[in-house]
Amino acid sequence: MAHAKNHDYHILAPSIWPLIGAIGGFVMLFGAVLWMHGVTAWMFWMGFVAVLYTMFAWWSEVVNESHIGDHTPVVRIGLRYGFILFIMSEVMFFFAWFWSFFKHAMYPMWEYVGTEYAQPHIHAIDPFHLPLINTLILLLSGCAVTWAHHGLVHGNDRKALINGLAIGIALGVLFTAFQAYEYALLLTHDGWKFGEDIFFSNFFMATGFHGFHVLIGTVFLIVCLIRAIKGDFTPEQHVGFEAAAWYWHFVDVVWLFLFFAVYIWGTAGLG
Amino acid sequence: MADAAIHGHEHEDERGFFTRWFMSTNHKDIGILYLVVSAIVGLISVVFTVFMRLELMDPGVQYMCLEGFKLFGTSGECTPNGHLWNVLITYHGVLMMFFVVIPALFGGFGNYFMPLQIGAPDMAFPRLNNLSFWLYVAGTSLGVASMLSPGGNDQLGSGVGWVLYPPLSTTEGGMSMDLAIFAVHVSGASSILGAINMITTFLNMRAPGMTLFKVPLFSWSIFVTAWLILLSLPVLAGAITMLLMDRNFGFTFFDPAGGGDPILYQHILWFFGHPEVYIVILPGFGIISHVIATFSRKPIFGYLPMVWALIAIGVLGFVVWAHHMYTAGMSLNQQAYFMLATMVIAVPTGVKIFSWIATMWSGSLEFKAPMMFALGFLVLFTMGGVTGIVLSQTAVDRAYHDTYYVVAHFHYVMSLGAVFAIFAGIYFYFGKMTGRQYSEFWANVHFWSFFVGANLTFFPQHFLGRQGMPRRYIDYPEAFAYWNKISSYGALISFASFILFFGIMIYALMRGAKVTENNYWNEYADTLEWTLPSPPPEHTFEQLPKQEDWDKGHAH
Repeated sequence: MAHAKNHDYHILAPSIWPLIGAIGGFVMLFGAVLWMHGVTAWMFWMGFVAVLYTMFAWWSEVVNESHIGDHTPVVRIGLRYGFILFIMSEVMFFFAWFWSFFKHAMYPMWEYVGTEYAQPHIHAIDPFHLPLINTLILLLSGCAVTWAHHGLVHGNDRKALINGLAIGIALGVLFTAFQAYEYALLLTHDGWKFGEDIFFSNFFMATGFHGFHVLIGTVFLIVCLIRAIKGDFTPEQHVGFEAAAWYWHFVDVVWLFLFFAVYIWGTAGLG
Repeated sequence: MADAAIHGHEHEDERGFFTRWFMSTNHKDIGILYLVVSAIVGLISVVFTVFMRLELMDPGVQYMCLEGFKLFGTSGECTPNGHLWNVLITYHGVLMMFFVVIPALFGGFGNYFMPLQIGAPDMAFPRLNNLSFWLYVAGTSLGVASMLSPGGNDQLGSGVGWVLYPPLSTTEGGMSMDLAIFAVHVSGASSILGAINMITTFLNMRAPGMTLFKVPLFSWSIFVTAWLILLSLPVLAGAITMLLMDRNFGFTFFDPAGGGDPILYQHILWFFGHPEVYIVILPGFGIISHVIATFSRKPIFGYLPMVWALIAIGVLGFVVWAHHMYTAGMSLNQQAYFMLATMVIAVPTGVKIFSWIATMWSGSLEFKAPMMFALGFLVLFTMGGVTGIVLSQTAVDRAYHDTYYVVAHFHYVMSLGAVFAIFAGIYFYFGKMTGRQYSEFWANVHFWSFFVGANLTFFPQHFLGRQGMPRRYIDYPEAFAYWNKISSYGALISFASFILFFGIMIYALMRGAKVTENNYWNEYADTLEWTLPSPPPEHTFEQLPKQEDWDKGHAH
């Protein structure tokens, strides 16, 4: 009986990926500094590729481990806890951007007597045109993913799973396309600047980081779609899919806050 | 109990050196890696302070010259190099905060002992655990690179202070500041991943029958700390990303010329920074609880209030941040709120202090090195806490803000609080981790020299602060010479004791007496790690512990 495990937890073999990933991260960020200072972009891209490759290899291993039965019920609970906690940390990351937005919206420094703070340009976008359409697109996308989840859990309906995911992804891509279109329009046509004053700073970083998260979520869903087509996920065991769905809903909720705060409330009374 | 873990002995460890230490998925090995690396970074960071105290020993600038260090022979021209001073201040703070104390307590002890105490075979995500460690190393490397790369004033490094306040940090030239920002990003990512791992392990992998309020106090302290990290570090990541955008892409989050507000940075930073203070100290609280109970031969007094005090400190830590910024310009109502909220924290902290005292009350005390450090912690942390109450008063803070009084205060809670807790933990667990024992005599010499040295360093700084000496300056007028001299002598004594500590560790590792018992203290060290061999085998709890192994009844 020596050296046999008698529990359901997952004991892993040594792995090289953490080391490679951390080295990749170091190279990427060091390279980013070199790039920002106009030295070279190469180091950044090398690190970036290393990081992406590590993610791919690492998560492939995780998927494999799930196939060979390492993900017992108790391990699956742990994976879920872990992912929920990760989303909580993401929420706190957006907390900082909303903090900056609300601070400047509620306490504009340039209104204090004797201040030397410059008043930023405040521009209005009509929230009830493109932004509203985008809101609906993203919410619909969330619905499609929930439909896919429902199909999987109730009777393992593969067709609903795959169709739902595909529609969800398509709508996600559409959202990103519209967002890119809006950015382009604002920057080239309406005279908005990327940076330069606090209004633009808040707008572009808050919506930009959200857009970045939409991209990540879309990739996550695409991976799930590929896995679904290959026959992964059962009604009982689909942590990867569940995590992707949770992440997608989190991205939805952040957008709703952005929509109501930045687009509607932030431009109310301008016009 | 003999059956559970001993099997490992029959099993020779066949992992190679590289596999064991560079590809580890073993919480005990990763814990040791954390402790070793943080000790090395700690030594670097301490060397900076010794150099700074050397400079402050006498009025005038003797060593930090534009012409060179002038460490040997102070003759010749000396143009004061204020940038070097600022750089040392900055990296001392950054390294200590992000790369020494959190990794040692949370990464090191947390990794090693939290799973053992709750009877878990490993962490919930062992591979992620290793990523946390290597990201910590990557972050440290970025930090060191930042210090050695072109920065402000056409010299190396950034001299902006560990808080990285704009407009200093947005205008500091060169790559140095950007590297520092990324260093903090990476160390933050490392800590957040670690926190996710710790929380999941705590919630999902406790031994059968171990309900939440039967979990040992150290594990509880790690759990609460993990929540603080999880919820506060991402906010800091946002703030320093804003800095990065301001610096490199023409954004104006903190630039009044574009309608931004530098005070916003202070708010967001301290929204992270105050929980950070408790991130640093809470695991120490956990260690101290076990040490005091063991060497008083009594169960810890008031287990349940101790747990709730940890939770209360964690929650309150999020709502008091602006007491760091009383003089930055806030309405009176805000100041009153932050003052009162801050004072409330003294209540749960008091619960802890008095419970420790009550644990010792009529116990049979044994003054082994861990206990000495725990007692030192009690006295010094209480002093730091009391000066904290002084500083929490907005009116009084008008006089004390940015003086050496503040320096003395936070070194009493951190340098003397958290670091004493780390030493207590190391001596307490050294035999368990290495299978060898340290020399009790030399450990006591270490304690007394450090106790005397640290107090000599920081106690006079209260006087300097009350005399009005501002912090963060390379030089001072004659009037402050006396206590600065004393303080510098103290720093030299502390440094000598720190070197002695390394000597004790190395000697114990090579020649220390072999530990043969599982529990080499006494039956009041009654948590699960004491049921394992010293050092524990590669895989522990392959057979999950039974309730009678850990549930001694008298512990709660």
